Amino acid sequence: MFGNYITIPHLLIFIPLLAGLVTFFIKSQPAAKAWSLFTAIITFGISVLSLVYSHNNELNGLAYSYEWLKEIGASFSVSLDGVGRLLTFLTAVSFPIIFVATYNNDYKNANSFFGLMLLAQAGLMGVFVATDALLFYFFWELALIPVYFLCSRWGGEKRIAATFKFFIYTFAGSLLMLVGIIYTYLHTSATPYSDHSFAIQAFHSVMLTAAQQNWLFWLFFIAFAIKMPIFPFHTWQPDTYEQSPTAVTMVLSGVMVKMGLFGVIRWLLPVVPLAVIEFDNVVIGLSVVGIIYASLIALKQDDLKRLVAYSSIAHIGLMCAAIFTAKQVAIEGAMIQMFNHGINIIGLWIVIDLIEKQLGVRKISQLGGIAHKAPVLTIMLVVIAFANIALPLTNAFVGEFMMFSGLFKFNVWYTAVAGLSIILAAVYTLNMVQKVFYGESNALTASMKEISLNEKLILSVVLVAIFLVGVYPQPMFELTKDTVSFILTRFK
Amino acid sequence: MNAIILTAIWGVIMMFGGVFFKRKSTPLYWAIGGLVLILIANCHELMTLQPLFAADVKDLLVFDQFNLTFITIALSCTLLFFLLSGRDIEKVGEHVSEYFALLFFVLCGVCIAATYNTLLTLFLGIEIMSIPLYILTGSDKRNLKSNEAALKYFLMGSFSTGIMLMGIAFIYGGNTNGSFFIEHINLGAGKMPLLIAVGLVFLLIAMSFKVSAAPFHFWTPDVYDGAPTVFTSFMATIVKVAGFIAFIRLFEHAFGNVQIQWQGLIAVIAAATLLIGNLTAVFQQSVKRMLAYSSIAQAGFMLLAIFALNDTAKDGLILYSAAYSLATIGIFAILIKMNDYTIDGFNGLGKQQPVLAVTAVIFLLSLTGIPLTAGFQGKFYMLVAALRNGHQHWLVIFAVLCAAISAYYYFKIIQAMFFKESSEVVVDDEDISQAFKILLVITAVLIIVLGIFPTLITGQLHS
Repeated sequence: MFGNYITIPHLLIFIPLLAGLVTFFIKSQPAAKAWSLFTAIITFGISVLSLVYSHNNELNGLAYSYEWLKEIGASFSVSLDGVGRLLTFLTAVSFPIIFVATYNNDYKNANSFFGLMLLAQAGLMGVFVATDALLFYFFWELALIPVYFLCSRWGGEKRIAATFKFFIYTFAGSLLMLVGIIYTYLHTSATPYSDHSFAIQAFHSVMLTAAQQNWLFWLFFIAFAIKMPIFPFHTWQPDTYEQSPTAVTMVLSGVMVKMGLFGVIRWLLPVVPLAVIEFDNVVIGLSVVGIIYASLIALKQDDLKRLVAYSSIAHIGLMCAAIFTAKQVAIEGAMIQMFNHGINIIGLWIVIDLIEKQLGVRKISQLGGIAHKAPVLTIMLVVIAFANIALPLTNAFVGEFMMFSGLFKFNVWYTAVAGLSIILAAVYTLNMVQKVFYGESNALTASMKEISLNEKLILSVVLVAIFLVGVYPQPMFELTKDTVSFILTRFK
Repeated sequence: MNAIILTAIWGVIMMFGGVFFKRKSTPLYWAIGGLVLILIANCHELMTLQPLFAADVKDLLVFDQFNLTFITIALSCTLLFFLLSGRDIEKVGEHVSEYFALLFFVLCGVCIAATYNTLLTLFLGIEIMSIPLYILTGSDKRNLKSNEAALKYFLMGSFSTGIMLMGIAFIYGGNTNGSFFIEHINLGAGKMPLLIAVGLVFLLIAMSFKVSAAPFHFWTPDVYDGAPTVFTSFMATIVKVAGFIAFIRLFEHAFGNVQIQWQGLIAVIAAATLLIGNLTAVFQQSVKRMLAYSSIAQAGFMLLAIFALNDTAKDGLILYSAAYSLATIGIFAILIKMNDYTIDGFNGLGKQQPVLAVTAVIFLLSLTGIPLTAGFQGKFYMLVAALRNGHQHWLVIFAVLCAAISAYYYFKIIQAMFFKESSEVVVDDEDISQAFKILLVITAVLIIVLGIFPTLITGQLHS
């Protein structure tokens, strides 16, 4: 579009990166906040441009490849295909929402905070657009480092230990993935410049025996399983979500967990299809166990943040199970649900953050009757809660319905057990809504005030997204069509 | 050739110059100047492959692009070491120019150990490298730990040299050509004669001692901890990587044909080194001792190159040497300035000295192996080499799990610097000059540049 050197995926990475580096030098907090919001909106605009381009089928501006390490076959190649477009759009949408929703929060060393947030955005964009395995690994790790610093510096009381555990856990998984990547790389065919290649096309066309694929599957999958997280690799998640500052939790749960699902879609399913078929029951079984386990624990949670964290494990577990069924309707549902889950959970975190800012507590037992004082907040929260339960008319319903259809075609029993999660989700969500918002207000919640205009605005954006995708999901399907068909051809 | 002769000459000049230097600060300038001259001469030889001194070494030493590039890297790292920590060498004791002279002699040994072609020159190189280090370890004469470290190093070093000589004798006696030249040892792919097998094992033991591989590593923590920190910095980086280059040169040329027979042994040594190095480092409270154990752990990773023994392994070893040396010299340079060598001594460094803290983060990330740093590229090449070799896959998985463990102790320092507060003065302000900070930033930038473009080094290794 702008010539051969500046393409959209390029801009999506480098605008947040450069903006983030600049932010470190902005000393005043209001200026830092304004600058980061401004650049996040620009990134959002560029992402919208990418959607327009893909709609008009002008795909030249969407791919780019630059020679990086020619001798070993790694190149800086990025492109925006189906699921990449969806997830970069999610990233581009979430950051302005997060910045606006947390605009009134006070941060010490705000320049470092916003700088690190923008660097995290750059890393996340890079993961979703990289079409070179080494580049993918680079961005996978690099997305982690800013988040480590963000949680450890601005988080809650037990933040250092929780974030350390998160980091080491994820790092170990990523290193195993690195071994898998190198092993696959050594089996790719030669290019004119080097013996092997890291390009995604080479990875997709590599010939591996079933035994090799099995070994590789676990190397890759453990890394993605830790990221998502899937039972039993989930133990880092509730503590980290609880201890991080809310803006970072929004990034973690809204976008970062999608890295794991994305990795499965782009780098696992097409590369080791035989092993996927071999182990699909194991993975789906683990996911379903995780869904029920997480939902049951969510029932008993008193802390709002931990409740949403466990609820998130349940939702992601369903998406993972759906992807591994390798059925078209399930994969399409999972893709659209990735976007929906991101929006919904960010909405939930915004509400929790608003309550915590005003009242200073997050415990359900200490709250109650907020509806008396803040009716608008309550209505908005109720809608988001319905989306969490996946009621019809909400975006999550479309995704869950499709995922359950696919799971049903795969195996009836898994569907039956996983279907229990719908009931459990209704129980813990409505229980939370009832206890926190309705009922009698106590001394603490009597001081609750209605939310301000900009907070109402941002929540309305979330609501609009919920309903819009709920009644008209077709554009989402168009967006991810090519990825789904590509995956399915690999399985034939 | 230039480097060998010039470092030896300059060492002598420094030694006798000590009589004439009036001020304590003069030897450093002479050392830096001499090193720059040697570096230029070496680069000239690298580009033209013609030495200035037409000495006929009768094939005892061989100078090709690979060796000369390594010598360039070693000399450049030493230059960086002098620039960053040179002032701290003056604080060790009174005989400052003698210390520099010894350092130049060590460099001479490093150059010989990189370019040897016979077992005798290997022995010469290793000894010339080690003996000045025994003296430097004990140079803090009033400190009991330093004396103990020197004695320990000397005794164990001599013992291992004895084993090396025995191994050389066996190889000489056992091989059909009756020659010391490593090319001529000429083992066919069949079964090794018993004499040669024993000689090989003895050489393996001796070289493992020199690079502090387990289970021959027991001298390293005490020696590194007891020596003056500035000399530890030099020992842990330049001398150790020179040991590795000598190691891989020996085993590739002399014993490459029978690699299958000794590969299992090296795999076990590498795994033990990784495990012991990483696990013990986790429990250290003193950063100096922790860095000593971390150097053992990094040595474990470098042993993967000896295990793999292919082109990627050799290129990767040079890259790893450069990355590891830069990061370790940097982190030691910061450690020397601290008032308190424990991990808690780093508390609050982020606030008090942000430049030092941010560059320390980059050095630590490089040692851990996070992408964008040179340390990652080094580890990456090691993994590619090991997987390319195709045997003993368990070793690769084991190595990456140990690398994950290493993140724990490196990040403890990062946490102390940025996430913990301290009311005490962590570093004395007078010690930190503007030039020091600029040099640290340059080192950090170099690490990142190498992290993105490792081919800047690996591309230079083959003509």
